[in-house]
Amino acid sequence: MDDTRETDPAEGDAGPNYLRAGYSIRSWLLTTDHKRIAILYLVSLTVMFLVGGAAAVLLRLELISSEASLVSGDGYNKLFTLHGVIMIFFFLVPSIPAVFGNFLIPMMVGARDMAFPRINLASWYLYMTGAILGIAIIVGGGVDTGWTFYTPYSSTYANTHVILAVAGVFIAGFSSIFTGLNIVATVYAMRAPGLGWGRLPLFVWSLLATSLIILLATPVLAITLALVAVERATGIGIFDPGLGGDPVLFQHLFWFYSHPAVYIMILPSLGVVSEIVACFARKRIYGYPFMAGASIAIAILGFFVWGHHMFVSGQSVYAGIVFSFLSFLVAVPSAVKVFNWIATLHRGQISFETPMLYAFGFIGLFVVGGLTGLFTATIAVNVHIHDTYFVVAHFHYIMVGGALMGYLGALHFWWPKIMGRLYPERLARWSAIFVFLGFNLTFFPQFLLGYQGMPRRYHVYPQEFELLNVFSSGGAIFLGLGYLLPAIYLTWSLKYGRAAGPNPWGATGLEWTTASPPPSENFARTPRVTEPVYNYTGERQS
Amino acid sequence: MSHGHKGVAPAHQFESVEQQQRVARFGMWMFLISETMIFGALFTGYAVYWTLYPEAFQEAAQFLDVTYGTVMTVVLLVSSTTVALAITALEGDRRRLAAGLFGVTIALGLVFFVLKIIEYAEKIGDGLLPTRGFEYPGAESADQAQVFFSWYFVITGTHAVHLIVGLAAIGFVIWPILRGTYHAKYFSPVEGTGLYWHLVDVIWIFVFPLLYLMGRAGGMG
Repeated sequence: MDDTRETDPAEGDAGPNYLRAGYSIRSWLLTTDHKRIAILYLVSLTVMFLVGGAAAVLLRLELISSEASLVSGDGYNKLFTLHGVIMIFFFLVPSIPAVFGNFLIPMMVGARDMAFPRINLASWYLYMTGAILGIAIIVGGGVDTGWTFYTPYSSTYANTHVILAVAGVFIAGFSSIFTGLNIVATVYAMRAPGLGWGRLPLFVWSLLATSLIILLATPVLAITLALVAVERATGIGIFDPGLGGDPVLFQHLFWFYSHPAVYIMILPSLGVVSEIVACFARKRIYGYPFMAGASIAIAILGFFVWGHHMFVSGQSVYAGIVFSFLSFLVAVPSAVKVFNWIATLHRGQISFETPMLYAFGFIGLFVVGGLTGLFTATIAVNVHIHDTYFVVAHFHYIMVGGALMGYLGALHFWWPKIMGRLYPERLARWSAIFVFLGFNLTFFPQFLLGYQGMPRRYHVYPQEFELLNVFSSGGAIFLGLGYLLPAIYLTWSLKYGRAAGPNPWGATGLEWTTASPPPSENFARTPRVTEPVYNYTGERQS
Repeated sequence: MSHGHKGVAPAHQFESVEQQQRVARFGMWMFLISETMIFGALFTGYAVYWTLYPEAFQEAAQFLDVTYGTVMTVVLLVSSTTVALAITALEGDRRRLAAGLFGVTIALGLVFFVLKIIEYAEKIGDGLLPTRGFEYPGAESADQAQVFFSWYFVITGTHAVHLIVGLAAIGFVIWPILRGTYHAKYFSPVEGTGLYWHLVDVIWIFVFPLLYLMGRAGGMG
């Protein structure tokens, strides 16, 4: 490995950059460098995103016509299950924490690596094991329970590969526990001198909140899915109503994880947007303590709202009322975030680089997704729109319009840091606009469809819904194009992009004080923090 | 990477051995909190069914053998004591004593495990394995009793898995203790292993009364 020690002026005395620390496959597969593990995650997540995206394309193609045109009913069930399982457990949940959290948390706190580098690598291997099981299921004929694995269908009746699927999710769950553990320990004990809690970037706060949810909620999902697998394999009677088991207990345990999981997906994006907005408005973020506190508040409240998925599952009306009220409360810290971003923008020196476009897109879509969340959290309205496309549109506004926009924003914001190269800005802006327009064209019609009563998870539907479905499928083409373009120009930039320099955006934060790409040890010497966080002066200094 | 007895060097990502130990201890506590949520879910589910079917669960619980449960509880408590003593010995740099005490812990853990297997075998022999061949001699609903035994096997089984992991972890630290890799100045992996074993013990402290003792005192249920 030593023969690769070329010196580069920008690298100073901190050794070669992490990409040059070895070129062999072995040097990647056995690395414990948090930055290389982030790259391993980036590549594997992209592959899984393509698989989940291909399933989405097939779903939208089928729905162009109100009749069964492309796939059978069974095939459709397997497609939406595949789409949900892959996108949630193998893309969105790990996405920002495993890629950008891994890459940036040690750099943002001024450390040389994560607290537990080998556990970090083990996390990727667990993820890959789960992902390979996920792919094996496709090859083996699929699974048709929906990503929610509701009992007793999953535990007793389904004739598809349920055990393999829950095994994959179980294993991937421990991979995210390992990532969460690393993030919490790193932030707790490895901050550079002078970096007090009040100086942490909001991205760090949001990932701290995310990691706490991962640590407390994921084990519950793991054991619940294990129970489903055991019941299916041996016929014990935990969820089997034939024996007096309670299938609704499964829903309680499942949503105890899977509602907080929504915040696992969205909180990191909230942190990303705070970084981007402050940088491109050239202003200190407005209401920093409230922004940090709101992340923690969302994480805590998220544990007390799971019953809003079960308003029509036969839970008591009183439980429903309490869950409804608690769900409304989540809107408070979420609104704090939105108002503080707007206050940060107010009188800022705003510029419209690609990351900022994604941040603006995020804010708009997050507001729509959040406000329609209030509709769905209202019991009376929920009974009407339950299991319709209204709900599908709502959670796609949060999980795609929110979480995925945040992911793309982060990708464009930190790409110059990660790879040391700039991408073609004009093309990137166009693709951000494509994503935004395509997204709205795809999912806004689904609010209307749902409100008119079109149920989710059917491959055929009444002909009156056809027009809006054609719009939705047409939008998906733009959306897909918006996703494909970055894959192309970012790959192009690896070879042909201009060198980025340490800090192309003139951003604050420790990660921008070192070379791009950073050296293996991140910093030439341990940084000492003397300035307040987001110390923007209004002028661009790059 | 081996640490000599004198002049301990921290791993490359840490500034000092103190920081490394602090991080390791903190990380282990976080992991243990995470682990307790697994049992939290199981105990919650069990509590739900106890509330739904109190008569059937009360009767089914009588088929568990309190003698086994009590002996296993004593064995685990003693094994946790030897872990605590081993850590204290290591703090005083008495490495052979520490390794010996961990050896006792492993022996006691294995006794627990063997007792568990014997107990399982008896239950299975009595037809109480809660699968398709379940045969229940009690007067209450056999289906609901099957639900009880499902929880019994799932909870004790999940605990047993943790016990085996704990035994393996202890097995992995004994030799490095003897060799001097861990000593009075650096032993956080040993401490973490000890904490994990205490968790296995603490969980059993809840499992024992919930499964074996509930409903035995007159009039409870």
